[in-house]
Amino acid sequence: MAEIRLERVRKTFGRVVAVRDVDLTVADGEFLVLLGPSGCGKTTTLRCIAGLERVDTGRIFIGGRDVTELPPARRDIAMVFQSYAVFPHMTVAQNIGFGLRMRRIPKHEIQAAVQEAAKLLQIDNLLDRYPAHLSGGQRQRVAVARAIVMKPEVLLMDEPLSNLDALLRLQMRAELKRLHREIGATTVYVTHDQVEALSLGDRIAVMREGAIVQLDHPNTVYDWPATTFVASFIGTPPMNLLRATVNTSGDDLALAIGDFTMPVSPAWKPSLRAMVGKRVVVGIRAENISVHADATPGSLPATVLVSEPLGAQQLLTVQVGEDMLKVVTAPEPPFQAGQTVGLTLATEKLRLFDEESGKALSIGANLSTQGGEHR
Amino acid sequence: MTFPRLQRRILLCMAAVVIALWVLMPLILIALAAFTPRLELYRWPKPIIPSTFSTGTMSFFLHSHGVLPSLRNSVVVALLTLGMTLVVGAPAGYAVVRYRFRGREAFRLGILMTRMFPTSLLAIPLIVKFIHWGLYDTLIGVALMHTAIALPFAVIITSGVFSGVPKELEEAAMTLGCSRLGAFVRVALPLALPGLAAAAMFTFVISWNEVFAAAILTVRNRTLPAHVLVSLEGAPLDFRFAGAFFMIIPAVIFMALARRYLFQMWGGAIAER
Repeated sequence: MAEIRLERVRKTFGRVVAVRDVDLTVADGEFLVLLGPSGCGKTTTLRCIAGLERVDTGRIFIGGRDVTELPPARRDIAMVFQSYAVFPHMTVAQNIGFGLRMRRIPKHEIQAAVQEAAKLLQIDNLLDRYPAHLSGGQRQRVAVARAIVMKPEVLLMDEPLSNLDALLRLQMRAELKRLHREIGATTVYVTHDQVEALSLGDRIAVMREGAIVQLDHPNTVYDWPATTFVASFIGTPPMNLLRATVNTSGDDLALAIGDFTMPVSPAWKPSLRAMVGKRVVVGIRAENISVHADATPGSLPATVLVSEPLGAQQLLTVQVGEDMLKVVTAPEPPFQAGQTVGLTLATEKLRLFDEESGKALSIGANLSTQGGEHR
Repeated sequence: MTFPRLQRRILLCMAAVVIALWVLMPLILIALAAFTPRLELYRWPKPIIPSTFSTGTMSFFLHSHGVLPSLRNSVVVALLTLGMTLVVGAPAGYAVVRYRFRGREAFRLGILMTRMFPTSLLAIPLIVKFIHWGLYDTLIGVALMHTAIALPFAVIITSGVFSGVPKELEEAAMTLGCSRLGAFVRVALPLALPGLAAAAMFTFVISWNEVFAAAILTVRNRTLPAHVLVSLEGAPLDFRFAGAFFMIIPAVIFMALARRYLFQMWGGAIAER
């Protein structure tokens, strides 16, 4: 049973606040991804959990035990580093067995455990090699094997895939997911790659400037970003953001994007009623926009700037007023640059944000878990 | 002014040859003279290449009065210096690289600044203090002075060595059950060992070659360079050549062994900044 709990953890380097009073609970056996751009404090948060950084204030609990003042060795954690940190003066077998040797486990048991871990990561044929004779991907596997052989309660990974080439990364990603299912250790995984985060995480904590902006299941983070920052960070391509004004048309509320006016779905009305005349940001994912070759009535007129065929689909960059949108559509019919098209936005997929704060507006029905806050 | 590539290469090679000759010629001449039979040294014109290879000159030198005891002194002082310098210098070098502390940059600069202070200015106060402390004319006294001289180099070299050992390796060891010290001993130290050996040899050579402090701080317990310096005036030619050659050997051996590491760490230290 190893739940990780951070209570108002703060870490500063000189005048820079790297982690800003973060509260976070990772359930036992959960795979939590810390996601954010570089410098957002995700790695520092991880290093605080590992005990490689001393927190300024706040407490850290692992399995209900206060480990805030404990050195890494006594936290029952294992960590995989971005640079792998495989010991160059030891063979693969010695590397994997290092932690067990520190625990003074009998030799034959170490050997068996090393074999098992190596087999799990398919490096059992490399045990006598030195790291200098391994490829990046193999070193990566040694680093992971070295961590899981400890059978830790908590597994911490700091961008473990970022130094691999694209193909290998894809393969290792699936393997890490399988591994997590097999060993079941509570895992905290740091990455700046949102695809990795979406594919691996049970939950994702999106961080920015040392704070957690949103903590939710991958689909919720993708579908209901808590802020415009999250919206523009997650997804390939990220969510389109359009400036709009809240209007009244007769008795009803409407959104005005340039000269184009579109109706508002009833769910939004409670939170928009107070915002008549104010500006909001409309968010919509590229796959929730449909494109028509002719500007049919009721559709948003746009001009195609770039058309990129991507095999199974085509990615269009279109201009609406001053804003640029990305649209994903079927490969046929092909659109040409310069072509005028009509866009239809899937109303139920619209997301609205306050322009000033960037925070998501709440929807009337309890469809969404509320963003902007974290547990 | 620009030169075509080839011309630049030729100029570069010529410069290299000139510098190499500048350094090598005295070494070669001394080595040749040291193995020339004694009588041949005094002949005129003196042949550059000796007609016969002779160890007579060297053995004359080694058996001259005071040489063997001072040789022993030199070795003792160099080993003492080596021990003290590494015990203090290596941890300092490690700290400079690994820890962020107030005044770290000032400390680094301070290390270099100590090299700017002329030793001769220290001579009189140092002698007074050493007499006062009972360190005058003792080997440990000379070793202390040599440690002071070698320490800045040792700190700079060892910090270069340790900066070549990634911090993550020690951190990984710590997450795998090592204490801070355990991680250092099991991971950083073995990886730094070749570089530390180079630093040790360098320290040894500094002490071995140091003449000024050794000469002023001792009367009877002279180290070899101090002894050679003092006896040089009245010494015959062959004694001078043999002495000079004997002094050169450790430095040459050190350079041959440590060349690779010195390039590596100084190159690394420069790239780091």
